[in-house]
Amino acid sequence: MDITLLYYLVPGLVMFCCGIYGFLTRKNMIAMLISLELMLNAVDINFTVINRYIYPNSMEGMIFTLFAIALAAAETALAIAIIINLYRVKHNVDATEANQLKG
Amino acid sequence: MEILYCIVALAIILFSVLTVTSRKILRSATYLLFTLFATAIIYFMMDYEFLGAVQIAVYAGGIVVLFVFSILLTTHPGAPAEALTSRRRGWGLIAAIATAAVTGWGLCSRCAQLCQAKPEMEQVTMDKIGTHMLSTATEGYLLPFEAISVLLLACIIGAVTVARKR
Repeated sequence: MDITLLYYLVPGLVMFCCGIYGFLTRKNMIAMLISLELMLNAVDINFTVINRYIYPNSMEGMIFTLFAIALAAAETALAIAIIINLYRVKHNVDATEANQLKG
Repeated sequence: MEILYCIVALAIILFSVLTVTSRKILRSATYLLFTLFATAIIYFMMDYEFLGAVQIAVYAGGIVVLFVFSILLTTHPGAPAEALTSRRRGWGLIAAIATAAVTGWGLCSRCAQLCQAKPEMEQVTMDKIGTHMLSTATEGYLLPFEAISVLLLACIIGAVTVARKR
């Protein structure tokens, strides 16, 4: 059995769809953020695998994945700061109840 | 190689599904950790050792710890989430399955014959990555590197300002 490009793209696709499902159905904001990380991670896999299989002599995909990981870290830190601040005001982290800007 | 691939693919699929279906949010974060480790193994299989190390250090080491801390700060540990209403779950399932069907059909019809074997690649060393990252020539990434560092600084200052106790 030869492992082709498709074999690596399919787990990424499943991961991305799980992320979509979680983002649409969860109410807890941290759980939504976890789903978002799943989606970002699936996209990172695709960048790397396509770089390795189709353009093995350049490294754009790999560098882009590095930057995407740094961006994900920054985004998570900021989002968690906002969530903790929201928890301090409203005492829960439910996305459906966070509908006013002034607590 | 095939056996390793099968284990990693199964782990990715299983733990991704468990991440979004688990009722307890701390368990969900733990399954996310396993998914990220499996992704790091895929990077190692692609011969990008530095990328795999970054994935483990930043994602599995940094982001998951942040998640666990914030979960422990904001929810009662071990308390299950509220049951989903069937309408919400229905819309989520429709969106996810529609995306999977359309993209999977596209992949299988267009990319099934693409790239049968993994091509040879010269080793991507730390030396090469560092030189490319700090060069302004073609294939140099100095500008995005600087932009990301300024963005990270701004994000850290913003996070501290937002979460600070008044």
